[in-house]
Amino acid sequence: MIPEIGHFALILALCLALILASVPAWGAWRGNSVAMSLAPGLAVGLLVFVGISFACLATAFLQDDFSVKLVASHSNTLLPPMYKFSAVWGNHEGSLVLWALILSMWTAAVALFSSQLPLLVLSRVLSVMGAIAVGFLSFSLVTSNPFARLLPGAPADGSDLNPLLQDPGLIIHPPLLYMGYVGFSVAFAFAIAALLGGRLDASWARWSRPWTNTAWAFLTLGIMLGSWWAYYELGWGGWWFWDPVENASFMPWLAGTALVHSLAATEKRGLFKSWTVLLAIFAFSLSLLGTFLVRSGVLTSVHAFAVDPERGMFILVFLALVVGGSLTLYALRAPAVSSRVTFDWVSRESLLLCNNVVFLVAALTVLFGTMFPLIVDALGMGKVSVGPPYFNAVFVPLMALLVPVMGLGPVSRWKRDAAGRWRSELMVPTLVALFCGVTLPLLQAPYNIWVALAVLLSAWLLLGLVKDFWQRLRSASSLPGGLRRLTPGYLGMVIAHLGFAACIIGIVATSQYSVEHDLKMDPGDARELAGYEFRFIEVVQVRGPNFVADEARFEVTRDGRAVASMTPQKRRYLASGSVMTEAAIDAGLFRDLYVAMGEPVGEEGAWAMRLHYKPMVRWMWLGAILMAAGAFTAAADKRYRRQRMPAAAGNKVALHGA
Amino acid sequence: MLASQALAVIETYDFSSPDLEVRYQQLSEELRCPKCQNQNIADSNAPIAQDLRKLLHQQLEAGASNEEILDYMVARYGEFVRYRPRFGGTTVFLWLAPVLLLMAAAGVLAATLRSRSSAVGGGGSELTEQEQAHLKSLLDKTERDS
Amino acid sequence: MGPRLKLFLPLFLFALLALVLFRGLFLDPSEMPSALIDRPLPAFNLPALGGGQQLSRDDVTGQVALLNVWATWCVSCRVEHPYLRELADAGIPIYGLNYKDSDVAARDWLDELGDPYRLNIADREGTLGLDLGVYGAPETYLLDARGVVRYRHVGVVNEEIWREVLQPLYLELEQGAITQ
Repeated sequence: MIPEIGHFALILALCLALILASVPAWGAWRGNSVAMSLAPGLAVGLLVFVGISFACLATAFLQDDFSVKLVASHSNTLLPPMYKFSAVWGNHEGSLVLWALILSMWTAAVALFSSQLPLLVLSRVLSVMGAIAVGFLSFSLVTSNPFARLLPGAPADGSDLNPLLQDPGLIIHPPLLYMGYVGFSVAFAFAIAALLGGRLDASWARWSRPWTNTAWAFLTLGIMLGSWWAYYELGWGGWWFWDPVENASFMPWLAGTALVHSLAATEKRGLFKSWTVLLAIFAFSLSLLGTFLVRSGVLTSVHAFAVDPERGMFILVFLALVVGGSLTLYALRAPAVSSRVTFDWVSRESLLLCNNVVFLVAALTVLFGTMFPLIVDALGMGKVSVGPPYFNAVFVPLMALLVPVMGLGPVSRWKRDAAGRWRSELMVPTLVALFCGVTLPLLQAPYNIWVALAVLLSAWLLLGLVKDFWQRLRSASSLPGGLRRLTPGYLGMVIAHLGFAACIIGIVATSQYSVEHDLKMDPGDARELAGYEFRFIEVVQVRGPNFVADEARFEVTRDGRAVASMTPQKRRYLASGSVMTEAAIDAGLFRDLYVAMGEPVGEEGAWAMRLHYKPMVRWMWLGAILMAAGAFTAAADKRYRRQRMPAAAGNKVALHGA
Repeated sequence: MLASQALAVIETYDFSSPDLEVRYQQLSEELRCPKCQNQNIADSNAPIAQDLRKLLHQQLEAGASNEEILDYMVARYGEFVRYRPRFGGTTVFLWLAPVLLLMAAAGVLAATLRSRSSAVGGGGSELTEQEQAHLKSLLDKTERDS
Repeated sequence: MGPRLKLFLPLFLFALLALVLFRGLFLDPSEMPSALIDRPLPAFNLPALGGGQQLSRDDVTGQVALLNVWATWCVSCRVEHPYLRELADAGIPIYGLNYKDSDVAARDWLDELGDPYRLNIADREGTLGLDLGVYGAPETYLLDARGVVRYRHVGVVNEEIWREVLQPLYLELEQGAITQ
């Protein structure tokens, strides 16, 4: 009965989404304020019904209702309850319901927290989001019904969740990622509403900025968690593979980064309006493209969902409607004549444009590289692979181009700055950064030029920020007063840029200095790796809730002092019989030690073991967390919420304009 | 979300020199397993990946160069096995695309800057001293707000 | 380019992308043509299954034929085996490449299930398999009369595959062999 309620709620949600997509939009077109004022209520209703549907699906999983096909094929009675819950989105059908749930959460949030928005704009925004919900809800209902029953013939037990997904990281990774993906739909909806209204102005940018920052922060966290999960769960010690599915989440991030910066210029200076609108369309389009790539099977990936051409066709049509439609609207309605706002070559605007150039080129390159095998295949010119060596070769120079500009950004002024001022501001940071870049890599022999470059760039970034921060504080009469005068927007920028610097250091240091050894070890053996002694004590049998495992015991010492006890496992899951390596990691701010078990070697109790020493690997994830924290801070700026009066006044104007 | 099994591949090959081990790690990460989903031969447990790792080890120990080894693999399994596509034929576009894109974008950037900055140059100098002082205070204010 | 026309550029690029994606829906990214297409079968010198004679390239060339890579450890090989026998009964020359297998197990298999092969090459170490670019059994290669690889099918050969893919190529090659 519960699955049927869920199914019915999903159908009702689709009906509400259809009304939301059409009635308020019609109201906005005809100036009918009754039709427009329905939008917030419909948005909340949509959330309620998708929420009921999601709750029903989750209940089916938690109650082991194996008559539901999805539960039977992705869960098991032995599964811990936490993973039964996360199993809801560990599959194609359920993850679509999560998509729809998060989309309706964003929609309802826009409806509830945008009382300062003119009704005309709000109704258009909500209608656009309703239209997207129509697409995903009908996709779910038509091609991927999560509530399909296995009647008669429900199995006594389910065939279990993929053991790789039985992990705390994977409970929150997809929801965060979807929060980011779907969050860009808000920026997209604001952009479309602005195009429909024909009024691209600074207020549009101000409304959409906090939403965009929030979505970007979630996407950053989602990607970071995915990378971290791959690192500790796959047992390879790798953290980024440039797999099509990873790229699918990275492309919207790159476009979103450009958008976040371009919105700043649009809000502050009324510049780049049509460009910013295009970026908003671009960021969300790449999110949708990612969904297509993951679920259609056109590219091979380790992470892809089960492949189904019918589903692929459905999303492709949806993609063509949404992206094709919005780009057509853009071509017809975007102002072709640029505004008369001017700025100098030496100005913050030109630096932000450089940022946009780098991130856009990066996003397009990742897109082209990801699609290239498919393009070649489609043209009948054979099969090629584009992998990490290509993406790294392209990406490293791009980021190296970005950082010098990034260091200038915070100290620069809008409209017109003087190169001489930049020189005097940044002379000391430049010299100190050069000094650090040259000397710090000397600590580790042999001298590594990549590390030198990374230290130079991130020191330049860090010192520029510190200098600027210090000057702002110094110009105030007192320290608390100075701190109070710093806006959340500024603080957010500082935090996020510091995070980026940490990321650079982490990525380069761990890529250049990691040591890895695959060894055959007998119990009692000790091996030295990067100054640490790994002693393999024994292998014991342990039992988990739904698996049995061989567990190796390692004692790690450094200069005779105990550092860590590590216990990697080789698990066999009872329901599916699949075997999994569970790596043991001793985490630290400056280094991770990593042990993974291979296979037993010979009869004497020896095992193949993989030992890793990974310096500063945490820095890239901490950096990503800082970036997200910065974006959340910036989004929390009160400035975005105190615009009631001017907005209310603008309401009338907008109505007239329509 | 993951269709295939991921399992750490850990083998214990002996190398006659540490250089060979480094090249082994590098090459095994650049060769794509022909049978698997998107995985290199270092990370895959498929029998073919095991065979190719063994072969790679043999060839390295026999003194083959990286190019010889890659050519040997490509002759049997096609360009598909190279994660670092060769520069030539269709892949010329792939390798040149980022450069061309960056050049095009830089061109647009320069054009935008030129058109936007022309007005500043002419207008700025005509401000009176008083206006300039006022402008400066305004600029400083926007600066603080940002 | 007029300023208005320039705004259509993103739409145009997206249309190209959508076209590629559409085409992609009808392609199988895991399907891989052999690197040896239109190249001669690699030379080899391996024993026949069951011992005795040494086989080389010349033993399996001379007429249009199938070269089937199989092994007793390969589950799908058992699935396709009856259909290979049908093809053999219909007079299609099939050579076997017994891939990384034990002779005893392979002989037992053929005794039990029947032998569709004209000859069986025993490739215990997988050396010929490697030169052919085999990445898993079963695989079936179509050779022309001069021993040039013309097509490779990965996976089970069944009636549908034969009728729609292999047979047309086979007949075409036969035709060519006669007219030459």
